[in-house]
Amino acid sequence: MSIRERLSGNEAVAIAMKQINPDVVAAFPITPSTEIPQYFSTFVSNGTVDTEFVAVESEHSAMTACIGAEAAGGRAMTATSANGLSLMWEMIYIASSLRLPIVMSLVNRAVSGPLNIHNDHSDAMGVRDAGWIMLFSESNQEAYDNMLMAHKIAEHKDVLLPLMVCQDGFITSHSIENIELVEDEKVKAFVGEYKPEHYLLNKKEPIAVGPLDLQAYLFEHKFQQAEAMRKAKQVILDVAKEFEELTGRKYSFFEEYKLDDAEVAIVCMNSTAGTTKAVVDSLRAQGVKAGLLKVRVFRPFPTEEIANALSHLKAVAVLDKADSLNAAGGALFEDVTSAMYVSGKQVPMVNYVYGIGGRDTKTDDIEGVYKDLLEIVKSGKIDNPYRYFGLREE
Amino acid sequence: MDNLIEIRWHGRGGQGAKTASLLLADAAFNTGKYIQGFPEYGPERMGAPITAYNRISNSPITIHSNIYEPDYVVVVDDSLLESVDVTSGLKSTGAIIINTTKDAEYLKSKLNSYSGSIYTLDARKISEEALGRYFPNTPMLAAIVKVSGIMTDEELLNDMKGSFKHKFAKKPEVIEGNMKALELALQQVKKI
Repeated sequence: MSIRERLSGNEAVAIAMKQINPDVVAAFPITPSTEIPQYFSTFVSNGTVDTEFVAVESEHSAMTACIGAEAAGGRAMTATSANGLSLMWEMIYIASSLRLPIVMSLVNRAVSGPLNIHNDHSDAMGVRDAGWIMLFSESNQEAYDNMLMAHKIAEHKDVLLPLMVCQDGFITSHSIENIELVEDEKVKAFVGEYKPEHYLLNKKEPIAVGPLDLQAYLFEHKFQQAEAMRKAKQVILDVAKEFEELTGRKYSFFEEYKLDDAEVAIVCMNSTAGTTKAVVDSLRAQGVKAGLLKVRVFRPFPTEEIANALSHLKAVAVLDKADSLNAAGGALFEDVTSAMYVSGKQVPMVNYVYGIGGRDTKTDDIEGVYKDLLEIVKSGKIDNPYRYFGLREE
Repeated sequence: MDNLIEIRWHGRGGQGAKTASLLLADAAFNTGKYIQGFPEYGPERMGAPITAYNRISNSPITIHSNIYEPDYVVVVDDSLLESVDVTSGLKSTGAIIINTTKDAEYLKSKLNSYSGSIYTLDARKISEEALGRYFPNTPMLAAIVKVSGIMTDEELLNDMKGSFKHKFAKKPEVIEGNMKALELALQQVKKI
């Protein structure tokens, strides 16, 4: 029997980390993820976990400590947000290129400037090409579940890539909601022990980690990283299947909500998907065939699968909670439209940048998007595919 | 989602409106409900206006926005009536509950001719009598439970007894006072 609880998203992640009981956690506090290492450090202090907690002096050092621990053969975790991730930037790439399956909780927040502590996805979008697996979470439940699945994906011999679990800062990280927890012993058995094939503290096999890699082989090593990302897709599905057997909760690359027979649909990530579900329900009650595709796995990007899932629609809106400032459209929009084009699927698509810096995303806003989509279906025209909602108009 | 109840709290930083919303979420959770409890985070500081929210339902809640058309509004500090549009979007079928000693005429003049029910409670008097200090959030928690009927008085009192035992494990002397504050508030909240 699962455990019925009520927790904030940050509490849920801290509980997951407690149940995983990693060898090392290294973190530096930054809003809105601060509570995760804060709660976790209490588990360390009262002996609930036997993790080595490294209270570093910066996020750069947090990631560096995780890299050292993971290279040594341990299981390492961290948590951060926005500018904390920015300060890790250099080491983010080193973690993935050294093929170290570190797991990070990224509580999404706007990257400065100007200074803002609230939610958008500019932090995550800034590292989308860094070679990390990126999972997004609609709710505290999904942040918890993704955390429990994280190590099994990242540490798989076909993958060996670091992984981050994203959730929306404040919106889910600080909201108390119902959650179903898995019992400690079941989590322990599910996550399993970390037994790396090669590691620094193996005296039987002396190795070097991170030496100079020039024209002769860097290209091949990057190709291997890319291959690992491609192979991660199957592993993500396999782990989701095992997780479903354990909990009954079903996960895939994305969730299709009333999408089968939909005519218009929204594609989005994290908490906005929950608000969109409520709007889909109310539009369905009015006879509008609205649907939702919620992206869970953003890296690796499930190109063909998304293209297939959207191919029957009459119009699609992709919502980006970060502006790419490229005069072309947000990152999710570019990925989805490119997936459609390469797969030979032709569906009218528009992009909305929204929710920047914590601007609240209301059901009315989402309803407005569906109305725009219905108008596109009617007129067959898209005047401007790169749009905004929730922006002050005066 | 017909059974969804949405509540908006208005208070000032330091008065415990956020804590009250979390305690209400907790208590409703313990009666088997689906709940959300979340504050609207801003540049928090003592005395600044703050807003907190609750959603309570018999079925899972997926909406993750602030609440714009609440069923109930709780005003923890009546000085906010001068500066905050507390009845904004408040359903006429719902109610507003204000911690105040001001008369009906004054209150009505500050509530934009709100046509729903108006309830008042002197949470200062109750708190000072029961606790010897001014913590308006405990009485206001009891008031919203009484007015909304989210749970019975007994369910609230039983649940809060457990919560206070846990919360005040290191100062058990305040548990009795807090329980008394709840009981007095349940009796004294009145419709004007």
